[in-house]
Amino acid sequence: MQFGIFTVGDVTPDPTTGRAPSEAERIKAMVAIAAKAEEVGLDVFATGEHHNPPFVPSSPTTMLGYIAARTERLILSTATTLITTNDPVKIAEDFAMLQHLADGRVDLMMGRGNTAPVYPWFGKDIRDGIDLAIENYHLLHRLWREDVVDWEGRFRTPLQSFTSTPRPLDGVPPFVWHGSIRSPEIAEQAAYYGDGFFANHIFWPKEHFQQLIALYRRRYEHYGHGSADQAIVGLGGQVFMRKNSQDAVREFRPYFDNAPVYGHGPSLEEFTAGTPLTVGSPQQVIEKTLTFRDHFGDYQRQLFLMDHAGLPLKTVLEQIDLLGEEVVPVLRGEFEALRPAHVPATAPTHASRLTEEVR
Amino acid sequence: MTTLAVISAGLGQPSSTRLLADRLAAATVAALRRDVSVETIELRDHAHAMVDAALTGFPSGTFRAAVETVTNADGLIAVTPVFNASYSGLFKTFFDVVERDALDGAPVLLGATGGTERHSLAIDYAMRPLMAYLRATVVPTGVYAASADWGADGGLADRVDRAAAELAALMEARPAPEKADPYDEPVPFERLLAQGAGQ
Repeated sequence: MQFGIFTVGDVTPDPTTGRAPSEAERIKAMVAIAAKAEEVGLDVFATGEHHNPPFVPSSPTTMLGYIAARTERLILSTATTLITTNDPVKIAEDFAMLQHLADGRVDLMMGRGNTAPVYPWFGKDIRDGIDLAIENYHLLHRLWREDVVDWEGRFRTPLQSFTSTPRPLDGVPPFVWHGSIRSPEIAEQAAYYGDGFFANHIFWPKEHFQQLIALYRRRYEHYGHGSADQAIVGLGGQVFMRKNSQDAVREFRPYFDNAPVYGHGPSLEEFTAGTPLTVGSPQQVIEKTLTFRDHFGDYQRQLFLMDHAGLPLKTVLEQIDLLGEEVVPVLRGEFEALRPAHVPATAPTHASRLTEEVR
Repeated sequence: MTTLAVISAGLGQPSSTRLLADRLAAATVAALRRDVSVETIELRDHAHAMVDAALTGFPSGTFRAAVETVTNADGLIAVTPVFNASYSGLFKTFFDVVERDALDGAPVLLGATGGTERHSLAIDYAMRPLMAYLRATVVPTGVYAASADWGADGGLADRVDRAAAELAALMEARPAPEKADPYDEPVPFERLLAQGAGQ
């Protein structure tokens, strides 16, 4: 199992002080969080991509390239890369470049983006979201696998004799995830290519994601990539921990009550009962996270959202310390002990794909 | 078994909106020539949960069950008080939270209550367009009850019976369409790819 952090990169005032970090502070905080993730033994850091305030990460490969230079082991990823409004040619180039700089420690997650104005800002129409995701990824998939590509589609100017450079490191494209909150078409797409499927999982009840992941697993087998339980599944999670669970609840409540996504709605108690959010002791986080396997089957990657809603960097780093020291080592052992031998332990890495010559 | 869902958006307890909803339900049960189970939902009981659902994007707990009752029913009676010349905010919030396609073709009877007869057209200029957008099938007779209708006979009983007969006939003539489950039967990828016409 791979464990890591995924971040939205929001600039949100700390509700307990009213102070918001500057963009510079927030960007550097994301880098510090990635460095801390490696320091405490986590496997993955994934950044979001946004093109509107109050979010800072508009240029993921710039940030990931910088983090690559300051880390040695961490897998650098995205959550998500906008396959709808980015040019697939630029995605192919940017992430192949990042692969070379990071010695293959790169994968990425495709997402459509749900901020309506971003589509026209990039010359697209949100009503074409699914079609854009299908066509653009189909081109991206070819650009990484064929040295010379001729292409004509609905959404992009045609290509004749185009070679995307640099070529993927060792001729092995980065592993790709497809993230979706509600679209069966995206689960179908991930299954067709034998790519990974990521359920963001936070904010919504598990039942919703169970049907998406069940569909993805069934169709992964249908398309001949392996048995349903061998499909590559990733899940999100959201936690806030203190040694004493009452301290965690007391400290997190003002952040919860004012959070951009669910603030001023359900109570913290209702939300933790109905969604994967855990606010409590490390032991409670361990117990809740283990239930994810009961709901979705053995899976390969667990990402945690740790740094949103205005939490100060110092607190976030303390959270990641707890995650790395007290939670993840236990989860690694428990998940590994439960996993059948024929089910992949982790998502494919550059090294494993090189060995298997997966194309 | 046939199920009839009843939504009452009244705020008072007791509520004349609920009173009208119950009369419409009883008349519909009497008009249906089959066993029917009636499930009545007081939106007031779910007021907080509806706002939570609007903010989080998903209905939870007993409200989730209430939404499923409505969307799985064979027929729906929806009754609101008229506030400031339209349906109540509570009534609209419920339909804002329901999935957009969930009421496709559903037989619906509309009712409204108010202090005077002057707002009786609210059913036609406010409620019907909402149901048209949701692609529900609304019976021709809407039933409006002003305060005075609960006293001297102003024809309320006749209107209730006529509307109920229309709803019963629609429910009998037109069983709710089978809903395809996109998670069960996905569009095959080759077709998704062909739709985009990429190569």
